[in-house]
Amino acid sequence: MGGAFITLLKRDLTLAMRRRSDWLNPLVFFVIVVTLFPIGIGPDGSLLSEIAPGVIWVAALLATLLGLDGLFRDDFDDGSIEQLLLSPQPLSVLVLAKVLTHWLVAGLPLVLLSPLLALLLQLKLQAIPALLASLVLGTLTLSLIGAIGAALTVGLRRGGVLLPLLVLPLFIPVLIFGSSCVAAAAGGFAIGAQLSLLGGLFFLALALAPLAVAASLRISAES
Amino acid sequence: MFRWFHKLASTKNFYRLAEILTPLLAVACAILLAVGLYRGLFVAPTDYEQGESYRIIYVHVPAAWMSLFIYMVMAFCSLLFLVWKMKLADIVAQVSAPLGASFTFLALATGSLWGKPMWGTWWEWDARLTSELILLFIYIGYMALRSSIDNKSTAARAAAILALVGVVNIPIIHYSVEWWNTLHQPASIAKIGTPSIHISMLIPLLLMALGFKVYYLVVMLTKTRNVILEREANSAWVRERVKENRL
Amino acid sequence: MTEALLQAKDICVSRGELTLIENKSFTISAGMLFQLQGDNGSGKTTLLRAMCSLIPLDKGEISWRGKLLPAAREDYFAEMCFAGHADGLKGDLTAIENLQCTLTDHTATRAECEYALEETGFTGRSDLACKVLSAGQRRRVVLARVLLSKAVLWILDEPLTALDAHGRALVGGLIEQHVSAGGSVVYSTHQALEISSHPVQTLALTS
Repeated sequence: MGGAFITLLKRDLTLAMRRRSDWLNPLVFFVIVVTLFPIGIGPDGSLLSEIAPGVIWVAALLATLLGLDGLFRDDFDDGSIEQLLLSPQPLSVLVLAKVLTHWLVAGLPLVLLSPLLALLLQLKLQAIPALLASLVLGTLTLSLIGAIGAALTVGLRRGGVLLPLLVLPLFIPVLIFGSSCVAAAAGGFAIGAQLSLLGGLFFLALALAPLAVAASLRISAES
Repeated sequence: MFRWFHKLASTKNFYRLAEILTPLLAVACAILLAVGLYRGLFVAPTDYEQGESYRIIYVHVPAAWMSLFIYMVMAFCSLLFLVWKMKLADIVAQVSAPLGASFTFLALATGSLWGKPMWGTWWEWDARLTSELILLFIYIGYMALRSSIDNKSTAARAAAILALVGVVNIPIIHYSVEWWNTLHQPASIAKIGTPSIHISMLIPLLLMALGFKVYYLVVMLTKTRNVILEREANSAWVRERVKENRL
Repeated sequence: MTEALLQAKDICVSRGELTLIENKSFTISAGMLFQLQGDNGSGKTTLLRAMCSLIPLDKGEISWRGKLLPAAREDYFAEMCFAGHADGLKGDLTAIENLQCTLTDHTATRAECEYALEETGFTGRSDLACKVLSAGQRRRVVLARVLLSKAVLWILDEPLTALDAHGRALVGGLIEQHVSAGGSVVYSTHQALEISSHPVQTLALTS
């Protein structure tokens, strides 16, 4: 079981490394969206530092969304989804490998880049550990929830337009706890509650999402 | 019990049952709504804080209840459909979605109308209104997914999974929005819905709530009958009915 | 008496509103060659996909070694291999890399992959990305994957597509070998597949 998981993880990471645009584009998108805010609102430092947690979180959420459509689409187009579905290994475990790849390729670089954007938006330095921690837990959860939407829409020609409609409402709790975690840290408050809530969401998504993704993939592959 | 359930699950039997029930329920619905509205708008006393404008709760609150209730019906039907492959349950879920979305929209619109005299703005990021708005997005997503998959049986099962994913998320969204709201909301702003309500105000509210539920049943049964006819247009019993001109 | 592997009883399968397969029953036992015949649109691919549990049945049941599918899916998938219309090869990976990323317990070694490619008459460079290979060469990589799977039951959708005369003869030989060793092959094809040593069971589908 572990063998197939590792094989799939290795294959998808290799593929991602050979096509840099897959992970580079969402990252650039993330940076551009964040820079749009000071331009749109004005360079007022105190205002920017106040909205920074929300802006970074919304941008991270949108950037995660960008890579989601491709999560199963390539496999679907070239037929390797059939090999995935016909594997004797439990599909939900294989799905987890795909989601983990998505996070390593789209989520982790985002997390690593976020302190830089925090500086651009004049977020208080003391909030940066909270930003990193909340983004790690949050983007993992987003990848898991988003994979359900990706699996449901993969068989559709214009699934990419539908996907945000399906998953963005489900992203809202993560956005709420994530941005509030950063805002609390910037204000010098405790962030234990937010982090444990984010952790709770993550474990719930980890337990349920792979099953929903597996079922959705089997349905999408029928057509 | 199971046999009774199985009999009802047959679309033909359900069609006949719905045919008999619909006119009765329609009459009940008209009476409930008429009495409820009369008692709510004319008999119930004026609220000493909010004046006459509070009377919008007789539409707003039942609509908000319905928006959640219908989603629960959809989720339950989706489960029946996925686990027991009950086609009737899928039809009920399918026709319920636009109804639920309409009630959600009604709750939002009346909430916003109420907000003007109460808060002085058309839209206040109140916890319940925000949850209601997100619920509307979830309904829209469900309908969008369903309509964009050509293959009917694939569409039905994909939509059912989405409905179940939604039902797990709705309480989480509800509580997180409430949490977010208490975090940002200054305490001075009054919230929609008062915990203690006088009995003369409560009775019309309950009448209206019941009226809305019966209204949902009437429309849902009628639409379900239509979809049954559409899906089983080639079956013997539908053909026979068409020949005898009684649909 | 040979052992029954895959058994279908009165199955109905539809695509959209259209019922393509109606009340078909058949048994595939060890050492059997089973060919689906039919025009375009007669439901060959649909039936093959239904046999792989990729499409649900409207009616009837399919069982594997006596156990009902799709419940016994994991046992079944461990012993079958499917090559469909889409080849399932990753264009950015080389032939060998593609063969090594099959999702079974056993990952083939480089030598095994090269041997399998040789068996299928693959003459392309195994260190080139698959996207630059010709259709015929890609087909051969897919066949190599089938060989490496060590599956008992092969389900091949149009295995001869894009192959030249030499390739078709080669595929015939490989199928013959597999059947002689006690395996079974289900395939659909337009072209005649010349296999002399074994009787072929056919199922004709009409649209």
